[in-house]
Amino acid sequence: MARKDRIADPWGTRTPYGAGESWPVRVDAHLAEGVAPEDVDRWVQTASILHSNGDAMDIAVKDQRIVGVRGRAVDRVNHGRLGPKDLYGWQANASPDRLTRPLIRAGGQLVETDWDTAMDRVVARSKELLAEQGSSAIGFYTTGQLFSEEYYTLGVVAHGGLGTNHVDGNTRLCTATAAEALKESFGCDGQPGSYTDVDHADVIALFGHNMAETQTVLWTRVLDRLEGPNPPKVICVDPRLTPVAKAATVHLAPRPGTNVALMNAILHEIISNGWLDTDYIQANTVGYADLEKMVKDYPPVLVAEICGVPAEKIQEAAAIIGHAERLLSTVLQGFYQSNQATAAAVQVNNLNLIRGMLGKPGCGILQMNGQPTAQNTRECGADGDLAGFRNWSNDAQVEDLAKVWNVEPSSIPHFSPPTHVMQMIRYVEEGSIRMLWVSGTNPAVSLPELARIRSLLTQERLFLVVQDIFLSETAQLADVVLPAATWGEKTGTFTNVDRTVHLSDKAVEPPGEARPDLDIFIDYAQRMGLKDKDGEPLVKWHDPESAFEAWKECSRGRPCDYTGITYDKLRGGSGIQWPCNEENPEGSERIYADGKFWADPEYCESYGRDLLTGAPMEASEYKALNPEGKAIIKAAEYTPPHELPSQKYPLQLITGRTLFHFHTRTKTARAPELQAAAPEVWVEMSADDAGAYGIAEGDLAEVETPRGSVRAQVRISGIRSGVLFLPFHYGYWDTDGGHEPPGNGRAANELTITEWDAASKQPIFKTAAARLTRIAAGDGPSSAPTNTASAPAAGIQAAAFPAGKLTSGIPSAQAYETIEGAASGGAS
Amino acid sequence: MKIGLVLEELHRSENELAHELLKVSERHKVDHDIYYLARDLAKWSQEHVREIAKIAKQYGQELDPEPRDEAAVMEKLREKGSELMGRRGEAGLLLLRDLREVYLKSCGVSADWEMLAQAAQGIKHTDLLEVAQRCHAQTVRQMKWANGKIKESSTQILVS
Repeated sequence: MARKDRIADPWGTRTPYGAGESWPVRVDAHLAEGVAPEDVDRWVQTASILHSNGDAMDIAVKDQRIVGVRGRAVDRVNHGRLGPKDLYGWQANASPDRLTRPLIRAGGQLVETDWDTAMDRVVARSKELLAEQGSSAIGFYTTGQLFSEEYYTLGVVAHGGLGTNHVDGNTRLCTATAAEALKESFGCDGQPGSYTDVDHADVIALFGHNMAETQTVLWTRVLDRLEGPNPPKVICVDPRLTPVAKAATVHLAPRPGTNVALMNAILHEIISNGWLDTDYIQANTVGYADLEKMVKDYPPVLVAEICGVPAEKIQEAAAIIGHAERLLSTVLQGFYQSNQATAAAVQVNNLNLIRGMLGKPGCGILQMNGQPTAQNTRECGADGDLAGFRNWSNDAQVEDLAKVWNVEPSSIPHFSPPTHVMQMIRYVEEGSIRMLWVSGTNPAVSLPELARIRSLLTQERLFLVVQDIFLSETAQLADVVLPAATWGEKTGTFTNVDRTVHLSDKAVEPPGEARPDLDIFIDYAQRMGLKDKDGEPLVKWHDPESAFEAWKECSRGRPCDYTGITYDKLRGGSGIQWPCNEENPEGSERIYADGKFWADPEYCESYGRDLLTGAPMEASEYKALNPEGKAIIKAAEYTPPHELPSQKYPLQLITGRTLFHFHTRTKTARAPELQAAAPEVWVEMSADDAGAYGIAEGDLAEVETPRGSVRAQVRISGIRSGVLFLPFHYGYWDTDGGHEPPGNGRAANELTITEWDAASKQPIFKTAAARLTRIAAGDGPSSAPTNTASAPAAGIQAAAFPAGKLTSGIPSAQAYETIEGAASGGAS
Repeated sequence: MKIGLVLEELHRSENELAHELLKVSERHKVDHDIYYLARDLAKWSQEHVREIAKIAKQYGQELDPEPRDEAAVMEKLREKGSELMGRRGEAGLLLLRDLREVYLKSCGVSADWEMLAQAAQGIKHTDLLEVAQRCHAQTVRQMKWANGKIKESSTQILVS
């Protein structure tokens, strides 16, 4: 067993393997100072809750406390590996500032109270509003970090019980475009790819996807392929010089907001060179002719001007994709949070479709998720979809859902699309949503244009309930705060991006009076007296396993079929990929083999939308377009971003994440190794721009947009010139400001624009026009990580970064690493 | 042949639709997707105005290729008004009325394009037919957008 500083080396030791071989096992672990593996009382099975990869692990428990984690060697997802956020993030559970008692607002202050008082206040206000206005007055905004059982219960309570259409998750910010792009192309959500496609692919194309930082263990799998025999070629589309870009065969760094133009040029090359599977297109798709016509107008020479990328590079990338025999395409926030999000992500689906590369080993698409349980928010109907991928505009499917819930179909709101969060926020602003219940997320830092968000969340007329584990920026504004249990303190299941379902068992008791989110939702349903149509309690379950059984019934016969999974089946072995049912008792590694889709008009989850206007398509239109339920090739014209650089705001601002933090840092900032690795906000700019602005590494600068300003130290990085990057993680809970800037802003969302993709309703975080002003000289280089996309530009590395200034772990960052079959247990 | 007259009418109705969309955009600046999309969709109508003027020459019509212009000052005033109104429920009713107007106007434009396409087919004028089909497809998208927004917004606005 070797020791390794996994802050300095986030991806750990290489275990190279070749195409078609099995990825070697490497077990990673980290234990609290002074605890040796043999001291651990018991290991409790779970999976990662701090990113979307779904890495399986065991929690180490000693004296009824969590003392560490270890990767699960038997699991298909990670083969024992863990990323830095998993290795160190568990420590946040035991933070002394966890919420342990409910709080209510009294005389303008939040004061401690008991559960009865807090819940009674929530119930009284709910009933008052239902009587006065009806369910349109109440909205729920949940997260991508609860469990299936909890989302399902919330969906039943909100949609089936209260009858409100206002239910969404912060998955709107991370994964809404993934879901929408899948619905547009395949008529239904559901991931066409599998992580094992990495083992077989000869080309891996990553579109706006910095996999090295967002899914570190999946990237480790790619790195191991790259060091093995017959390595795949890698295409990277990203305006930053990410670790992915550095490993890429071809790196395209387009101007922010121009993804659709770039994709159309790549498709143009593929089509004009005839690198097509015409039999596949003919047999399994509709809409190809429109695509062919559309991309004619996007030759690389023209697109090179739009995107600021050399035409030869576009051609080179297209040729590699065009000659691929096993193409794996992946997409994330660089597309999802940018201009024309859905249209761009759909063009990636089109690449694999016209090349006939789906449903076979190495041939897949991974429309990635941002959060660990985002998939479940989508499946269970807690994010603006109906449970079980049911189609809100298909009456038969709504009736079927009503049967499962034993309610009248009319009590499930389905007269219009479920309300997305940005629209809910608008309803809060104009005063028609008067109670907002936020669970497990932090809109006061994560939504765009924070001055606006703060001003509308603090309105007297809004009753704000916040259910969380810490007193987040949002919780500080609440009327009632409900203390929740978290991962390791409750049991449930969740599903990663490649449909792998994991069980997360309870390891220790939650602190104080904190309660599992499931218990809170069930308690609310009981106190509200929510009934089914026979007068029986609407929520008929009482614990995680009975909730899971209820959800399984709801999923029966739907694409995300869980009926073959039980808690017992998930215990001990590997996670299982849905659909798992009688036909597929061990789950399904790949879907969409042989061109079989879930797109039949009667079965599909969605009839799709106009990619540009967002207008929903009618059933009759869909049936005319796609009567046989084939895959749908949708073309899209490029339209420029609405906010373009100007004389006053000459730069483009993109926001994003770093490897060492998750979301608004509520957990990762409370893990000392992670916090030390990225302690403070920074702003990235290119060496050229730094020269033009007279800025040196580490100088303090102010970034402004028409909406606000942020001060940060400058990191001169490999980012595209004309573009600034700010990490979005840094809010105010650990500053004097509390929930707001203590003076100068540091949350990237002070600057972002209130605008969203018309089809997926995902906010656009990556195309604001901005300006930058130098404020003062720095006292050394910025504290941004040096081993990620924020690495200093090549030219300044040596001068500004003596050895001690490079990212490395504090002493407690030493983790264990055991490579199976290696004599010494692996080199270090 | 009366094709010139239809083109003249279309030129007028597309100009009006563009104007309406811009007005709606400015009025509802705080409803962000209305603000942005109505502007984008106005551009389509403005482009149609140019196309109509170009092809109308073949039918003896001199039409202004430049879409009707919006006075920048008015725009700013309306946007300010929108911000002041943004927190009041009445803004919702105004929005529904405006969306209804866009829907009706785009329906009218759609009917005009259909008439023109029918005529173009009858006399086998392929250039005209191509313009009519291409523009009409966008008009239909404008219509569906307005209709979709009405469906999506009515419940909340009318029951709260």
